[in-house]
Amino acid sequence: MSHIAFEGTKEQMKALLSCISAHKGEAGALMPVMHEAQNIYGYLPAEVQTVIAEKLNIPLAEVYGVATFYSQFSLTPKGKHKVSICLGTACYVKGSDKILEAVEHELRIKCGECTPDKKFSIESCRCVGACGLAPVMIIDGEVYGRLKPDDVKGILDKYLQD
Amino acid sequence: MVNLKINGIAVSVPEGSTILQAAKLANVRIPTLCYLKDVQCVGSCRLCLVEATGARGLVAACVYPVSEGMEVRTNTPRVRRSRKTTIELILSTHKKKCLSCVRSMNCELQKLALEYNAEEDRFGTDHDLKPIDDLSASVVRDNSKCIMCTRCVAACEHQTIGAIGPKNRGYSKVIGSPYDVSLAFTPCVNCGQCVVACPVGALYEKSAVAEVWGAIVDPSKKVVFYTAPSVRATLGEAFGLPVGTNVEGRMVTAIKQLGDVECFNMDITADLTIMEEATELLSRLENGNPTPMFTSCCPGWVKFLEHYYPQYIPNLSTCKSPQEMFSAVLKTYYCRKNGINPDDLFVVSVIPCTAKKFEVSREELGGYTDAALTTRELAKMIKEAGIDFANLSESEYDLPFGDASGAGAIFGATGGVMEAALRTAAVKLGGDGAPLEFKEVRGTEGVKEAEYTLGGTTVKIAVASGLGNARKVLDAIKSGEKDYAFVEIMACPGGCVNGGGQPYVHDEVRNNVDLKTLRAQALYDYDGERNIRRSHETPAVEMLYNEFFGSPNSAKAHKLLHTKYSKREKY
Repeated sequence: MSHIAFEGTKEQMKALLSCISAHKGEAGALMPVMHEAQNIYGYLPAEVQTVIAEKLNIPLAEVYGVATFYSQFSLTPKGKHKVSICLGTACYVKGSDKILEAVEHELRIKCGECTPDKKFSIESCRCVGACGLAPVMIIDGEVYGRLKPDDVKGILDKYLQD
Repeated sequence: MVNLKINGIAVSVPEGSTILQAAKLANVRIPTLCYLKDVQCVGSCRLCLVEATGARGLVAACVYPVSEGMEVRTNTPRVRRSRKTTIELILSTHKKKCLSCVRSMNCELQKLALEYNAEEDRFGTDHDLKPIDDLSASVVRDNSKCIMCTRCVAACEHQTIGAIGPKNRGYSKVIGSPYDVSLAFTPCVNCGQCVVACPVGALYEKSAVAEVWGAIVDPSKKVVFYTAPSVRATLGEAFGLPVGTNVEGRMVTAIKQLGDVECFNMDITADLTIMEEATELLSRLENGNPTPMFTSCCPGWVKFLEHYYPQYIPNLSTCKSPQEMFSAVLKTYYCRKNGINPDDLFVVSVIPCTAKKFEVSREELGGYTDAALTTRELAKMIKEAGIDFANLSESEYDLPFGDASGAGAIFGATGGVMEAALRTAAVKLGGDGAPLEFKEVRGTEGVKEAEYTLGGTTVKIAVASGLGNARKVLDAIKSGEKDYAFVEIMACPGGCVNGGGQPYVHDEVRNNVDLKTLRAQALYDYDGERNIRRSHETPAVEMLYNEFFGSPNSAKAHKLLHTKYSKREKY
């Protein structure tokens, strides 16, 4: 169901199941369980949604519907390096959409996705409070400002090394 | 009681009633779109907006509760303008291929657009077409026509399946199965309740019409039709006849006018099912094999059990459904007797059901059925052939599969299979003076229970229709709370008369008329008029045992009339 294979540990599954049994029977158990599941796995893989659906006796279609309704839930894993491009007003006016395009082109994935080797994931964010540096890209907490699309390759290459 | 006025008409309604319910009592019509009686009431489509004193803006009549002294206006310029705009906004993202649409002339959106003079292009047209999912054997989804009313989702949840739901958000929102999985690879049981719930042409059955026309004009093929019990009680609706009109005679005439075809009566294999199933039940009780025994006529229910309660597969009767029994009889006995090569015989079943289309594709059943047409598809073919259905003269089914028992006919309503079985069992166990009618199992109630003493044997039985009710019965058996000998289950609420392949009925009718009861009544009336009312007395059934099968549950019967089941994963 996802192009990146699911790799969960026994500990993670144990944590998920204990979270489910803690909430089972409650009205509105689905949301807290999904939040906790995303904390455990970093995202909501199909396999995890299936377990939630089975154990809470809720159709998978409903779990998936909730997962895709709220932008806080992610269906794809986060990469080792999280690339975040600001699409807030100032950055956008300064052409951050072109920066995002360059990143997508360079990593061959779309915003919201993760590379098959799980090295990089891309997400967009809104204003990070560095409008003076617009357009801004953040990788693993480090801020890169006043970017041009041509700068992207060199910056990503640094992270490719490790 | 709460007193209020609707368009100046005073009405008095119980506390907690909605404006829509009160309006019905005042004989004031309020249009609805997302509302569907017994299935969904969420107030999301905004078509039923009205003005009400005490409310800030316009309110949704289907969910807004009445209050003492309230004055409601359903027909002001503001209300009309709002409804018109809402329809035009819905139309802006709707694939407006109305002329060729399966729902043309029968579409709730088309009807409302016409009533409110809506312009189809006031807000432009979204030309992004969404993919069509036609991989399921039963149901096709064209999301470019979907108007997001979520009636299909509610119908699926009502059946406790939940194979579909809203996905994504805002403009990218669509209705469908999780991820991009086709409906074909979900726990969908093919009941088709989503299709009859859809107000537009976003959901329809996988059509076999072209294939059947092809066979009719193919000189190398001999085409035989047979019609399921409930089709006689519903086909007339597609031609404007009142709900509950029995059109058997006209239906047979119409089918024979489609081309050089023969038309048989599926009630005969309903009778045959009783012979096989009753014998199986008695042998289960004698040999200590798993009971309760569950009926297996309904392919929606069978797939439900395979997905959700596989531990009860041993309890499911091994009998094929009447459709598959009939096709097997035709491709073997009938072909042999008439010197026909089975490959040249094209067998068409006419059924009220979309799940029967899936059943045709189940390999373990032998592939004896060539095409399964829903009641709607047959109506479409009759219209396409230019036949004036309402004014047809009546004909009889062709021999040797014409006359059947009334017991076979009531298979089309919830409780009918059980009553048919009891009629025969009462005679076999009790001899002369055995009761004929078992009215406790009739009616549209979700779960019915009864206990009968037949010739000294006491049997506890249960009947359920609608899969939510099936779950209740199964869970009660599982927990040990209930113990039955025999249980009848039909997937659709009310049974086949309310099947997913039955004619589309406008909301106005569906929300105000008890379809299930009226259609079932046509079958019970028909049963009451028959000379033969017990399955084992049907001459064609006796003929089949004498000439071909020997006796019920014989080796040959097991080979052709029985099947096996297997556990299914949900995804």
